[in-house]
Amino acid sequence: MAGSSIMENLFQRTLEDLIKGMRLQLIGESAFISKAVEEIRREIKSTDPHTKSTALHKLCYLSAIHGLDISWAAFHAVELMSSSRFSHKSVGYHAAALSFHDATPVLLLTTNQLRKDLSSPNPFEASLALQTLSRIATVDLARDLTPEVFSLLSSGRVFVRKKAIAVVLRVFDKYPDAVRVCFKRLVENLESSDPQIVSAVVGVFCELASRDPRSYLPLAPEFYRVLVDCKNNWVLIKVLKIFAKLAPLEPRLAKRIVEPICEIMRATGAKSVMFECVRTVLTSLGDHDSGIKLAVSKVKELLVDEDPNLRYLGLQALSVASEKHLWAVLENKESVIKSLSDEDSNIRVESLRLVMAMVSESNVTEISGVLVNYALKSDPEFCNEILGSVLTTCSRNVYEIVVDFDWYVSLLGEMARIPNCQESEEIERQLIDIGMRVKDARLQLVRVARDLLIDPALLGNACLHRILCAAAWVAGEYIDFAGNLFEIIDALLQPRTNLLPPSIRAVYIHSALKVLVFCLDCYLMQNEDGNLVVGQSDPFIGKRCSVAPESATCQSSNLEQHDDLTFDPRNTTGSPEDLSVFENNADTAVTQGPAITHEYMLGLVDRIELVLAPLTANQDVEVLDRASNILAFVRLVKAELIDNASQKANTADKKDTQVSAIITLMRDAFVTDLGPVSVSAQGRVAVPDGLDLKENLDDLSALCGDIELPSSSSFGIGGPQFGTSSDATSTGLLKNEESGLVNESTSLLEHRKRHGLYYLPSEKNEISQYDYPPANDPRSNSNSDEAAELAKLTEQSLVLKKKPNQTKPRPVVVKLDDGDVVPLPISYKRPEPRDDSLSGAIKDILLGSTTKPSSSQSNPSDKSSSKRKEKKKQVAADIPSQIKENLGDAEGPGLENPGSSSKDHDYVKERRERGKEKIVEGEGHDQKARKKKSSHRHGKHKTRQKANSPLNVVSQTPEIPDFLL
Amino acid sequence: MSLQRGCSRSLSPRTTAVSASVFEDFKACISEEASCQTISEINLKPVEKQHEAIRNVFSVLCSRAEHVSNFVDAESIFGPDSRLVYKHFATLYFVLIFDSSENELAMLDLIQVFVETLDKCFRNVCELDIVFNYSKIHAILDEIIFGGQVLETSSTEVMKAVEEITKLEAASNAINLVSKSVSNWRSR
Repeated sequence: MAGSSIMENLFQRTLEDLIKGMRLQLIGESAFISKAVEEIRREIKSTDPHTKSTALHKLCYLSAIHGLDISWAAFHAVELMSSSRFSHKSVGYHAAALSFHDATPVLLLTTNQLRKDLSSPNPFEASLALQTLSRIATVDLARDLTPEVFSLLSSGRVFVRKKAIAVVLRVFDKYPDAVRVCFKRLVENLESSDPQIVSAVVGVFCELASRDPRSYLPLAPEFYRVLVDCKNNWVLIKVLKIFAKLAPLEPRLAKRIVEPICEIMRATGAKSVMFECVRTVLTSLGDHDSGIKLAVSKVKELLVDEDPNLRYLGLQALSVASEKHLWAVLENKESVIKSLSDEDSNIRVESLRLVMAMVSESNVTEISGVLVNYALKSDPEFCNEILGSVLTTCSRNVYEIVVDFDWYVSLLGEMARIPNCQESEEIERQLIDIGMRVKDARLQLVRVARDLLIDPALLGNACLHRILCAAAWVAGEYIDFAGNLFEIIDALLQPRTNLLPPSIRAVYIHSALKVLVFCLDCYLMQNEDGNLVVGQSDPFIGKRCSVAPESATCQSSNLEQHDDLTFDPRNTTGSPEDLSVFENNADTAVTQGPAITHEYMLGLVDRIELVLAPLTANQDVEVLDRASNILAFVRLVKAELIDNASQKANTADKKDTQVSAIITLMRDAFVTDLGPVSVSAQGRVAVPDGLDLKENLDDLSALCGDIELPSSSSFGIGGPQFGTSSDATSTGLLKNEESGLVNESTSLLEHRKRHGLYYLPSEKNEISQYDYPPANDPRSNSNSDEAAELAKLTEQSLVLKKKPNQTKPRPVVVKLDDGDVVPLPISYKRPEPRDDSLSGAIKDILLGSTTKPSSSQSNPSDKSSSKRKEKKKQVAADIPSQIKENLGDAEGPGLENPGSSSKDHDYVKERRERGKEKIVEGEGHDQKARKKKSSHRHGKHKTRQKANSPLNVVSQTPEIPDFLL
Repeated sequence: MSLQRGCSRSLSPRTTAVSASVFEDFKACISEEASCQTISEINLKPVEKQHEAIRNVFSVLCSRAEHVSNFVDAESIFGPDSRLVYKHFATLYFVLIFDSSENELAMLDLIQVFVETLDKCFRNVCELDIVFNYSKIHAILDEIIFGGQVLETSSTEVMKAVEEITKLEAASNAINLVSKSVSNWRSR
């Protein structure tokens, strides 16, 4: 027997062998691991504890580094935990800490071993047990081991005591009633002379206070003493963190701590402590000007520091301050703007946030303009960061800060053209949203949409498709504002639209229908007008231009106007002059278009037919459906038009034809203004009977899986006019976002070959790739230029103008009474499953413990140390009796003496249940006893927590520790 | 670039430490520091997610230039209220993940404490020391960070404790071997 174990020992691979083997293995990592695990499974069954522990050690390593599941070895871990040899024990504990969780069945077996080791005379064994307990403690373990932890809290060995203090956090978490036992001793440790102990206690309170600060207000005097006396930076930081939580709850406390904190801020040499002071002042002591001023001056120092970490944290502190003290940001605007071009992305993002915080109604135009220009020169990630924040800032609160919507809409158009723009979804939303909300912006909106639609290069960029979708919708919806119908319909039907995904293509086709209907309507109306005004006009003139005497002046003025308004001359040259349509008055939807000729209509109709005919064979239902609709309509109209053409003299009859009636109807349908929809609108719609909204539709996916999605091919659009680009229509390619770039560049190249024009500001490499000289290379500007430009921003725009000199009034923005803005997702809250009972228990203890000071509150001047000592003595004397009382009181007779253990599982369960009942009763009882003492606020809190306990709280002034008065 | 090993440990109830080391051939290797299990328990993530998180952290770290700030936005990887600070020494990355109850600069110092301790322990620590001394590094880390809280910030104290533990382990092992072999020899 002994011999075999020696053999095992000698030939067993150690952890080091395993690691070496792993690094040299040739069979592949997973194969090696599974072989090793096989070996371990054999070894771990050995009766020799040494072999077993080595095996388990190896297993722990594999679990920690390779994420192996080792729950199967849980029992072996328990076995080793009970070994008398320290090295075996530590392996066992380590494995337990690593792999045990609340549902591990063998956890029940560890209680006794933990108890034994916690009370072991060897501090390292106790430390091992504490270590493991801090990771695996469950409700049962926490409850059963509370007495041991309690006695370790006053252990003579600092090494053990500090760990016991730290483990209390987990014990409280799992078993709030432990507070009744341990809390007093925990607080006592705050007065320890050993910095390690104080550090541990303060750490625990920092964690506790961050969950429920109010419960710890009564301890403020203790923390105050630590704040004033302590010289240890770690402890100071934690105390500052605690005060940052407590100060907002109690103004008198805030007043009291400002001075000491400022003193520390001035005196300390440690940047971490200084920063923590700054943050505490900025977050929690906002009402104390002297403190804020000092903090801001310290932030200023941080902002110009060499160390990027300090610069970053300085900016962070500023953004904390920006909510309440914008002046602090404005004071430092030079540094903030300078940081915008820092090489560190953290610093850039943070300074961007601050710049956006400075944006106001008066400077939004300049800042956004400069930022968008700057975005062009930045790396893609930061570029999108900038665009995103400009978009959110400007759209905040239904475009609160935007006065000039024409400017903003053009800015959106500019943003859309920035390469690398990933914000297309937001731009799409805002384009449509502004269209619906701001009537006065529609004219400019249609212009921007037209510029986007007409540019064939943009179609190649998959990122832009969403924006183009919005542009197409806008152009169709607000077509009556359009300068040139021909342009728009051409843009909507251009061959490269086959690069669009089907859903967006459908929008294009639908918009084309709207434009067509509008054209026809204009045509009808104009003929009617012509008839009314000129009567039987000369057919020749009517055909060519059909200019009525009155409208001739109209048109010429309109043409001028039109020329003024077009920014892009290259696009207007292509269209015949006489096709430009009268721009109608923005406010009336009535159209008087004098310039549509019969030929033009025929041409238009033919063109639509030609382009859309192939789409009736498209695989996508949306596209197919809409194309068929419009085609049917077109054919109907065409027949009529030709008919009319043959008897054009007799135009008066046209009004009566069936087609014109249909056109008028359709026009009427499209003219109706669409408004924004409240986000809560759906909620107001009653769910129809028989509609089960919660039905599980998972089965459908199985059904749908059978239906193969048609493989995308281009047969539907393979007309000769589509030329070479038809290959690129495979939807797979379009949907693949990554290929967008490739798409973009090839189409750009193609486009350039055709037109020799540049639309997109290109990247340097792209240019060299295609061998074109840079048209307007943004990167050619040197860094100093950038800096200069940004500096300009500081000079000009960030000066808070008293009154913006508005040249025109802000247009009306339609707002809904409710649900205009999508409610923000509920901010994440830490899961606090047991905190209610925890804070309840702590309040019990603290309010109980503060009765003594409060009873002596009659002499508030008495806060000398002698009194504290007195109190301490008193508390100390109280403890033993208190514990007994607590144990007996709170847990009732159903709870056995915690010193003796129970192995009976059933009994444990039963006891737990009984214990619970008792706790509830006990709390109700406590509450009654305490109700006179408990403050109004506390009372309210309680009602929420324990609605079941009978309660009629007498409201009284809050309990304030004497030192605050 | 592949991540070979990864592990992490809780600092403050949702606070994690990962340390990564990179081999010269740019093969990534996050080496040491405790259990993936801890994050998984704290963030309720399965082990695979753990590894993914480590991979994410690593790719972010690799993309960062030298001489920039040592903070990384970790909320996308580890959930809300998590911050990440790292320090880069030659081929090693030391990473701490913490929440708002810790001070950023103090965490940076804590990495320094950890590295100092390693240096004292191994005399000019290199990545092989970390790879091969799994239990020792755990022991050090356990002294510094306990149940998610920073418990010890003096590397001398840590060293003292770790040396004691090592001695104790060695002693118990020695007894084991001697007693066994001696008793066997005697019995013959």
